[in-house]
Amino acid sequence: MKSKKPTPINVAKIFTSMEYGPAPESSEQALAWLAQFGGRFSLFIDGKWCKPKSGRYFESINPANAKPLVDIAQADKRDVNAAVRAAQRAQPEWWKLGGHARARYLYALARQIQKHQRLFAVLESLDNGKPIRESRDIDLPLVARHFYHHAGWAQLMASEFKDYKPVGVVGQVIPWNFPLLMLAWKIAPALAMGNTVVLKPAEFTSITALAFAQLCQEIHLPPGVVNIVTGDGTVGELIVKHPDINKIAFTGSTEVGRIIRQETAGSGKKLSLELGGKSPFVVFEDADLDSVVEGLVDAIWFNQGQVCCAGSRLLVQESVADRLIAKVKKRMERLRVGDPLDKGIDMGAIIAPVQLQKIEALVEQGRQEGAKVWQPSWACPKEGYFYPPTLFTDVAPATTIAQVEIFGPVLVSMSFRTPAEAVRLANNSRYGLAASVWTENINLALDIAPQIKAGTVWINSTNLFDAASGFGGYRESGFGREGGREGLWEYVKPKTNGKSTTGLSGDKQTSKRRNSKSTQLDESAQLPQIDRTAKLFIGGRQVRPDSGYSRRIYDNNGKLVDLVGEGNRKDIRNAVEAAHKATGWASTTAHQRAQVIYYIAENLSRRQQEFSTRIQQLTNSSKKVATREVELSIQRLYHWAAWADKHDGRVHATPLRNVTLAMHEPVGVIGIACPEPLPLLGFVSTVMPAVVFGNRVVAIPSPTYPLVATDFYQVLETSDLADGAINIITGERDKLSEVLALHDDVEAMWYFGSQDGSALIERCAAGNMKRSWVDYGETRDWFDSIQGEGSEFRYHATEVKNIWIPYGE
Amino acid sequence: MAKTSKIHAKGVRLVHPERGREPDDKRQRNAGIPLELDWLKQVQVNRSAVERRTATLIRRRSVKKQWQAAWLLRAVSCIDLTTLAGDDTPGYVQRLCAKAIQPVRRDLLQALGLSQLQVAAVCVYHRLVAAALEALKESAIPVAAVSTGFPAAQSPLAQRLEEIHASVAAGAHEIDIVITRAHVLRGNWQALYDEVTAFRQACGVAHMKTILATGDLATLRNVMRASLVCMMAGADFIKTSTGKESVNATLPVGLVMVRAIREYEERTGFTVGFKAAGGIRTARQAMDWLLLIKEELGSSWLCPERFRFGASSLLGDIERQLEYYVTGRYSADFHHPIG
Repeated sequence: MKSKKPTPINVAKIFTSMEYGPAPESSEQALAWLAQFGGRFSLFIDGKWCKPKSGRYFESINPANAKPLVDIAQADKRDVNAAVRAAQRAQPEWWKLGGHARARYLYALARQIQKHQRLFAVLESLDNGKPIRESRDIDLPLVARHFYHHAGWAQLMASEFKDYKPVGVVGQVIPWNFPLLMLAWKIAPALAMGNTVVLKPAEFTSITALAFAQLCQEIHLPPGVVNIVTGDGTVGELIVKHPDINKIAFTGSTEVGRIIRQETAGSGKKLSLELGGKSPFVVFEDADLDSVVEGLVDAIWFNQGQVCCAGSRLLVQESVADRLIAKVKKRMERLRVGDPLDKGIDMGAIIAPVQLQKIEALVEQGRQEGAKVWQPSWACPKEGYFYPPTLFTDVAPATTIAQVEIFGPVLVSMSFRTPAEAVRLANNSRYGLAASVWTENINLALDIAPQIKAGTVWINSTNLFDAASGFGGYRESGFGREGGREGLWEYVKPKTNGKSTTGLSGDKQTSKRRNSKSTQLDESAQLPQIDRTAKLFIGGRQVRPDSGYSRRIYDNNGKLVDLVGEGNRKDIRNAVEAAHKATGWASTTAHQRAQVIYYIAENLSRRQQEFSTRIQQLTNSSKKVATREVELSIQRLYHWAAWADKHDGRVHATPLRNVTLAMHEPVGVIGIACPEPLPLLGFVSTVMPAVVFGNRVVAIPSPTYPLVATDFYQVLETSDLADGAINIITGERDKLSEVLALHDDVEAMWYFGSQDGSALIERCAAGNMKRSWVDYGETRDWFDSIQGEGSEFRYHATEVKNIWIPYGE
Repeated sequence: MAKTSKIHAKGVRLVHPERGREPDDKRQRNAGIPLELDWLKQVQVNRSAVERRTATLIRRRSVKKQWQAAWLLRAVSCIDLTTLAGDDTPGYVQRLCAKAIQPVRRDLLQALGLSQLQVAAVCVYHRLVAAALEALKESAIPVAAVSTGFPAAQSPLAQRLEEIHASVAAGAHEIDIVITRAHVLRGNWQALYDEVTAFRQACGVAHMKTILATGDLATLRNVMRASLVCMMAGADFIKTSTGKESVNATLPVGLVMVRAIREYEERTGFTVGFKAAGGIRTARQAMDWLLLIKEELGSSWLCPERFRFGASSLLGDIERQLEYYVTGRYSADFHHPIG
């Protein structure tokens, strides 16, 4: 513009047409930056650039013109090992530096990112194909904000997570749709909590991760704290399988997430998965329809629809469906697709031919399955990988396009008649990542939001993100949260794991005694006992096992004490059904649930003597220990009754005029395999925290001493507990646990048993991606207050749903 | 818009074929419709969503280089060059009119390939209408008079109607009326409808711009409802502000109004114009408004027949930007003749 002579004719012509012209963001500086590396990037390991051992490189392509940008190193096993070793070496020092020092580093990273904001934005758009507007106005500000926010958490870790320590070395595998933002979501909380990381960027988009590595060097981040290894899926696999990595954090497809769940099963690795979605975008008739249209643009035509939480399923109330669809089409005509570096476009390029083909194939399938497809009249650029915004109407919930994540700019629409039907349609999906609800009626909005199975619900808005608010899924969208206080749980573990602090860990005592033969006479042996039958407890009723078999229960002296039902898969099925029917338990007030738990404590205390005797008889515990177990069980009931109405959600301070409600919700139906020792305390300690927050439980009591649990259901029966809130199935623990872990309608599985059993549970949990909590056969000291009733239990017993409610009239 | 401008061999000329009249266009002048209260009841405006849209809309498009120059010229052609001060005199209005006729220096226009460029109208108080008409008699620029107890609209109805009659009789081509805000705040839509209908009748052939004084209307929902009622009552334009409220033309208010215009056109077939007035001082702001109009209503709205800026100092900033485009050097305000 400056010295160039303007072309007068053009001005006059444009004056008439009032068209948009090209408005390219210069790529000059970004390309110069790339050139500094000689067109070829090494791996970033232990604070240094390292050539890949294999000597192999692959091209990173600019999807807007299909031309190669730069060569990226292909890491192999040797490189990954080196990275993990570096991270391992660095981790204790990094943790020892303390929260304040880590906060300073994270703050420095945030500042550096801001200083190089435009460079990063241009690199991101070049590499990924997303519009420069988005990388500039959305991705980069969120990246910086993530580091700032977590600098704060580093500072506060010692006071806010004082019972917790870092997990150790974290392996992180991130996707190509938000390359730098996903890096920030992974690295910032990991570093804040004292972990070190080995991160693999997506094969298509490694450049900004490497630019980030340069910043790490520049701020003198201790070597080994952040390691970046690039390459294809094999590198991810090496990370996932690496024995010295303590946690895997993955964002990507549900297919790969499932494989990772299976691969890591039983390894003891912590795992968080942020997977696919088919997020509903629910429009009620009283919504501001013009704003709804813009919401849809932000939902499905943001980042070319390559967004895991994209509002890809439009559910609109019948009464306004035609009007809305007409408005949407009109708006689609005005969308502009083109060069990602053009500052005046709405949509850039699709990441790669493989993704483009996938989108094309799914659209074709939708057409064949009878849905009506609509695209604007204009054409996309020919060069590069572009796809136009696309709308499907007349879509049935059964069609492929209504169920499958397309991961492209394709919206499918369906209509509904009533709020209840809207919820049914919204939840008619394997996924549960996010949802958007549009209505001007706050009563309706706040009624619908909790009913939708999704980690994030945006009211009259969509795709709002912030470091202070947790993001993550329900169902097959994965588990774990990223962002906010709730996201930090993924990067810490209890300091006391497996350490006995009370010296009362029942496990040792019982296992010792089990082998000792007692010659003591049974005092009641003279008179025949009145025969009692311990049954299963399903839906509030005592029922006989489906199998018709019983299991003999011996005491520690090898004497037959009683029989319990031999539960089987059908009993589990029935118990899960009963648990699902007990919806009232979840919706009853926390106060009411507390009352029930107190009542259970009251009724248990009346029978304190009986339970103590029973425990002594079964486990050979001393009277003192048995009495202590019952007493502590009563205390624990009080503990959880007390917590019932105090596990408050939060209002996150997100930088927007809104309230972001981090609401605690029950996870749903939880399967619980109770610990073997301490048959009463173990049962109460595991089942009660789940139940008190509104979950319904299918419990498999101590396999050795199930009679305490079957005695306990008599306490439950007299305590006003809702039918089906607690179900008890006796039998072979691991077999029954497997059925629960494989059950697609069970939302979580807790397992306190063996190492093998733990592996089995984690593997099976991959089926519906349920949350699992297992102990890998490590003993927990149930007498200890942190191990027996610490904040960990509350974390596992709740889902955090973030509901964003912008306001203002 | 292209239909209305005459393209000469030397460049583009944009004037009204007939002063203050609807251009040669298939769309008829808004005749108004009976008051539809049900329509008003359905109005939904979500402020947060509207603000998000305006905040992102202006970041979604970028108009640079010759496109920017052309768009700025177009902005000039849409300006109602305005003076509404207690110290306005015929002499000052005369100067302002000279500026209206030649808003951009001739040499700059030539460099940009345009033979002629004028503002859309000159807007004054009733007392200055005659002076303006006299000063503009050789041009085709219409004169607009603010009316009906501008800016507060608190004088008796008869007097306000008389004011319109007087300005029309004096030769004003356009009348910028102000509405009684109390009718909006009290939800008295019938009263608002009746008032504006009466104003429209009083205007006769003169075009009526209806000033909503949105800064006084408290909510965007009220802005939307008031916009619809004014259009139902026959407004030719709806206009944001008098320039005298504490908050004047803002993009969220503008977005709500243009959406009302769009919906009114969809339902009735009548095209109503939009005028953003008050607080628009920079070329950048003008570009934002043009973007808003183009994105929400389409390019056909980017002409003085359907879109106006009510502004006084805006022109100066645009002139400087245009000179920068032509010379490549940042301009100084004394390079440009004042009004």
